[in-house]
Amino acid sequence: MSRRVLLAKVGLDGHDRGVKVVARILRDGGFEVVYLGLFNTPEGVAAAARDEDVDVVGISMLSGAHLTLAPAVVAALRALGLDIPVVVGGIVPDADLAELQAAGVAAVLTPGTPADEIVATVTSVLA
Amino acid sequence: MSWQRSEPPRDPACENAGVTTNRERWQAAFDAAPTRDADFATMSGLGLDPVYGPDDGEFPGEYPYTRGPYASMYRTKLWTMRMFAGFGTADDTNQRFKELLRAGGDGLSTAFDMPTLMGLDSDDARSLGEVGRCGVAIDTIADVADLYRDIDLGAITTSMTINAPAAVILAMFVANAEEQGVARARLGGTLQNDILKEYQAQKEFVFPPRPSMRLVRDTIAFCTAEMPRWHTISISGYHIREAGSTAVQELAFTLANGFAYVELARQAGLPVDAFAPRLSFFFNAHIDFFEEIAKYRAARRIWARWLRDRYAATDPRSHQLRFHTQTAGVSLTAQQPEVNIVRTAIEALAGVLGGTQSLHTNSYDEALALPTDHAARIALRTQQVIAHETGVSHVADPLGGSWFVEALTDEVEQRAEAIFAHLAELGDGSLLEGVIRAVEEGWFQSEIADAAYDFEKRVNKGRRTVVGVNDFFEGNDAVEPALLRITQADEQRQRARLDAVRGARDEAAVAAALRALGERAADPDANLMPVLIDTVRTRASLGEVMAALAEVFGRHVEVPRI
Repeated sequence: MSRRVLLAKVGLDGHDRGVKVVARILRDGGFEVVYLGLFNTPEGVAAAARDEDVDVVGISMLSGAHLTLAPAVVAALRALGLDIPVVVGGIVPDADLAELQAAGVAAVLTPGTPADEIVATVTSVLA
Repeated sequence: MSWQRSEPPRDPACENAGVTTNRERWQAAFDAAPTRDADFATMSGLGLDPVYGPDDGEFPGEYPYTRGPYASMYRTKLWTMRMFAGFGTADDTNQRFKELLRAGGDGLSTAFDMPTLMGLDSDDARSLGEVGRCGVAIDTIADVADLYRDIDLGAITTSMTINAPAAVILAMFVANAEEQGVARARLGGTLQNDILKEYQAQKEFVFPPRPSMRLVRDTIAFCTAEMPRWHTISISGYHIREAGSTAVQELAFTLANGFAYVELARQAGLPVDAFAPRLSFFFNAHIDFFEEIAKYRAARRIWARWLRDRYAATDPRSHQLRFHTQTAGVSLTAQQPEVNIVRTAIEALAGVLGGTQSLHTNSYDEALALPTDHAARIALRTQQVIAHETGVSHVADPLGGSWFVEALTDEVEQRAEAIFAHLAELGDGSLLEGVIRAVEEGWFQSEIADAAYDFEKRVNKGRRTVVGVNDFFEGNDAVEPALLRITQADEQRQRARLDAVRGARDEAAVAAALRALGERAADPDANLMPVLIDTVRTRASLGEVMAALAEVFGRHVEVPRI
C-alpha cells in the first residue's frame, strides 16, 4: 500500500518553491502526495489530514513563524485524536530545533537537504 | 564587426545639426550631462573613455538602449545603494533606516511583514506569529508616521515593497506626508504595486486578478495626475526568479507583465508617454554571471522596441528601461553562511556591469533569518567596494562588444520573444488578456515550478555544484552566526499600538468612510485613490479597508498544483 503524505503551507507566507519541489521529490520517491496549497490554518491542516487519511503531515514555513505555527499543527492533530507525525520544512535556526522537538515535531528539514535524505527522513518518521 | 547587429536609427534633427556619427551624437549627450568628481583612470594612471566601441556602433543613452539608459551612466551618478529593511514595529524599522542613512545608504526601501502584505491587521487571528517577522508591521497611518519619523520625505526617495494592498499603503503614505507638511507632488519613490507577479510567483494576493488590476489602474492614473516624481509600478522579476524560474523566464514574464500594465493604462485612456516614463523594473541578480548581464541588456532592448513600435511611445523616457537589482536570496546557503558574502559580491557585480540604477545586496545570514545590523553593514560595504575600489563604474557597458555577451544577449532576447508570442496568442493579440488568462490557467505557476524542480534535480545529481550544499562540506558543522530574533513581545507591542489608535479615533467617521469606500469600489469606472486617502486619514486600519474592498471584489483562492 502506498504511503500518503499531506503537504501544506501554513500561515501567511506565500513562498511555495520549496514545498512544491519537496512534493515532487516525495512523489518520485514513491509517496502519494496530497498538496493542500497556501494559507492554511493549523485546524484546516488537521481536518484535511483526517479526511485524506494520510500517514504523515509536512508543513513548510520560511517566514520565522514556525515556533508559533508548527506546535499549533501538532496540537490540532492531537485534538482530533490523530497521532500522525509532523515534519517541518523550511528556514529553522538550529537554536529552535529542541523547542520544535519538545512540541512534538518528528523531524525538521532545512534548506539544502538532498532529495534522498528527504525521502529517508519522511520514511523513517513512519517507522 | 560582430557587435553590429542592426543599424541604429538616426535622429534627423541631429543630422541636420551637422552631427554625423553615432559617437558624435553620443558625445553631445555625454557632454550635456554632469560628471561626478572622481578620477576615471586605472590604478596605473591610464585615462579611461566613458564608453568604448566603433564610431558607428551602438552607444548608451540611445535607442535601443542595450548599452544603458543614459549616455553618461555611472560617470554622472553611481547607482543608488538602496538597502531593503523592515522588521518589528515601525519604531524599530525607523531606527534601522536612520542607521542605513548614517552608513551612507542613499535611498530607503521598506519591507512589510506578512500580515501587512496580505492586508491584515496585527490583531487578526491569522496574523498570529507573523507580526513584524519578515518586515515592518503597518496597521494605520499612525504606524506610517512612526516609520518615517525624522526623515525628510521631500528629500529622500522611498521604495515600498507592497502589492495587494499597495493602493491603501500609498494612500497612507500620501496622507501622512501631507500631515507632516510635504505636498504629494514633492514625494519621490516607488511603489512595487506589481500584482501580476503575485499570482505567478510571490503569492501574496488578496483580490482576484481583474479587480486587482483595477486598483493598479487607479494608482497609475492618480500618480500620473498628482505625483509626478512617483514611480507607480516596479515591475518585478525578482520574485519570479526566487520562485524558481530561469533567467529567460524571469525576463520574459516580467516584460510581459510590463506590457500588460501598459495596455491596462492605455485602455483607461492615458497617453502612453504620460505614464510609461514612471514605470520601473526590478530584476534578480543570480549567480550565473554572464547570463545575468545578458538578461539586463536584452531587457532594455526589448522594452525600447516594444514601447516604440507596438505602443507608439515617442518620448525617449518611455523607451528607457530603468531597473533596480537585488542579489539572489535563493542563491544563499544556510551551510557556511559567510560564503554568501562572496556570492552576493559576484551577483552585485553582474548588476553593475549590466547597468542597474539601484541595488540591494543581501546579507550573508538571510538563509537563516532576517539580517543583523552587522550583516546588513557588510552587504552595504560590498556595494561600496564595487563602486569605489574596483573601477568598474568608470566605463559604461564594459562588456558590450564581447562576442560572447553579445551572442548571449541576442539569444536571451529571442527566447523571450517566443514567450511573448505564446502569451499574445493566448490573449487573441492582447498581452493584457494573455497574461491574465495565463495566470488564471496556472501557466506561469507551473512553468516556474517545473524550472525549480529541474534545478533541484541537477543539484541532487551533482550536475550543478553549490558550495557547502552538495560539495565542499568542510565547515558545515560550524556554529550558526548570531541571528536577529523577533519575539512575541514585538507582536504584543504592535497590538497594543493598534488598540491605542483605535481607542483614540472617531468611530463614526471611520464607519462612514468605509461605507463610502465600498460604494465607490462598486463603480468600476471610479478612481479609488481619493476616497482611500480620505478613509485612512480617519485612522481606519489596513485590515478594515481591505475587508471593505473584499466585500465588493471578492477574494482570490489559488487552486493548489504541484
